[in-house]
Amino acid sequence: MSDQDSDQVPDIEAADAVPLPLPLDAWHRAKGARMVEFAGYRMPVQYEGIKAEHLWTRESAGLFDVSHMGQLRVAGEGAVQALEALLPGDIAGLKPGRMRYSLLLDDEGGILDDLMVLNTGKDFAIVVNGATKWDDIGHLREHLPDEITLTHFDDQALLALQGPKAAAALARLGLTPLHDGGAPLTTLRFMQGDIYDWNGKRLGVSRSGYTGEDGFEISVHGDDAAALADALCDQPEVRPIGLGARDSLRLEAGLPLYGHDLDEETDPVSAGLAFAISKRRRTEGGFPGAERVLGLLASGASQRRVGLKLEGRMTAREGALVIAGDRLVGRVTSGGFSPSLDQPIAMAYVNRDLAEPGTALELDNRGRRLAATVVPMPFVPHRYHR
Amino acid sequence: MTVYFTQDHEWIAVDGDTGTVGITDYAQGQLGDITFVELPSVGRTAAKGEAVCVVDSVKAASDVYSPVNGEVTDVNEALDGEPELVNTDAEKAGWLFRVKLSDPAELSSLMDKTAYDAFVASL
Repeated sequence: MSDQDSDQVPDIEAADAVPLPLPLDAWHRAKGARMVEFAGYRMPVQYEGIKAEHLWTRESAGLFDVSHMGQLRVAGEGAVQALEALLPGDIAGLKPGRMRYSLLLDDEGGILDDLMVLNTGKDFAIVVNGATKWDDIGHLREHLPDEITLTHFDDQALLALQGPKAAAALARLGLTPLHDGGAPLTTLRFMQGDIYDWNGKRLGVSRSGYTGEDGFEISVHGDDAAALADALCDQPEVRPIGLGARDSLRLEAGLPLYGHDLDEETDPVSAGLAFAISKRRRTEGGFPGAERVLGLLASGASQRRVGLKLEGRMTAREGALVIAGDRLVGRVTSGGFSPSLDQPIAMAYVNRDLAEPGTALELDNRGRRLAATVVPMPFVPHRYHR
Repeated sequence: MTVYFTQDHEWIAVDGDTGTVGITDYAQGQLGDITFVELPSVGRTAAKGEAVCVVDSVKAASDVYSPVNGEVTDVNEALDGEPELVNTDAEKAGWLFRVKLSDPAELSSLMDKTAYDAFVASL
């Protein structure tokens, strides 16, 4: 037997490089993780099994190591304007302690990366994808004005605690706001963040994540990451979760994965990410590719990212063709088995006249025809703490 | 009954001129939770090295190759409702299909258990 499909694990930039260990490398191994190469690092793909880890996260809380992601800071006078020249989001309107999903766009409005940006009150904390971070850093250095400083915190680990019991588990660690007047952890809502003290260690915490569940993302110095991971996994609600379940959870949540569902050839409108183009920016423009992107907003894109539910048990993977009658109408960009729904699901780009929920389509998955129906996303409802 | 192994992680247990084929315990461990098995049609011919079966897991879809030339005589229908048998008992109850060998002599090109275990240890 042999794997025919990618494991949704891109080996970008790592083909000729030795994968690097992350701060929790030994910790994962001690927990029984199977390690794989991902984005140039050795990462845990699973511990007890993807399905069990997936379901545990949906009903309790899972701890994910996402330290491969790039943790950046953009600071300096004029940082707002400098970021708005590169992102389509309303950065000027982003209040201190608030976070926003945004997109790094090229001059044609193609998506270079998707990211989170948080206004810390004195600068902007940005988290970008691991596989694209070096390109992102190069792009930012090239385009940010000289008076703006870009810092890459490559000695910081990033942990995500996700699931309906994440808040209860994290509350037991007794984090306190580092700054006077800082928000107590319990008052954080979805897409808010602040700095906290934990036993003298400084933690950057936001209420966010990429599973569709309530949860937190915690930036911690690499030297303290194992102690924090241990303290979290000591909570009865919490188990470590690998990249495999991270992928199936985000797929169920309808969240696109860069390098699969998004790339430089996709634009925000066909990707269904028009919400990331803030209202003010729609009238003012001034972001890369604004002319094309605003034109697509007005006219509609020729293709749309949609969710598909498949009949039967066989999954369709990235690259499967989407067929309507005898016409090729699109391509699957992510596909897998949904543990929560107990059926195969997928994301695909299809011609816009076929993007309506209920539309019956066929997939050509390695020569096998599978029946599929367009469904609204998310496949599994989001349960953010708003 | 003698069991042989391939470098692609199939096993074949041979009794007379009939072989029972599955994937190894090592292979199921690599694949993770198996969600679906597409079995071959009974009566089809299978060439040695030909993809005749697909094992779909939460992680990936994998082809299973026939370890020998022959004709498929039976498939494990229990897997239709319970594909996870391949995870829990890959080398017994999780068998995939049976094949009538057209040339039992070609088994000599496969590995025995000792050789396969050494092969896996070297991966």
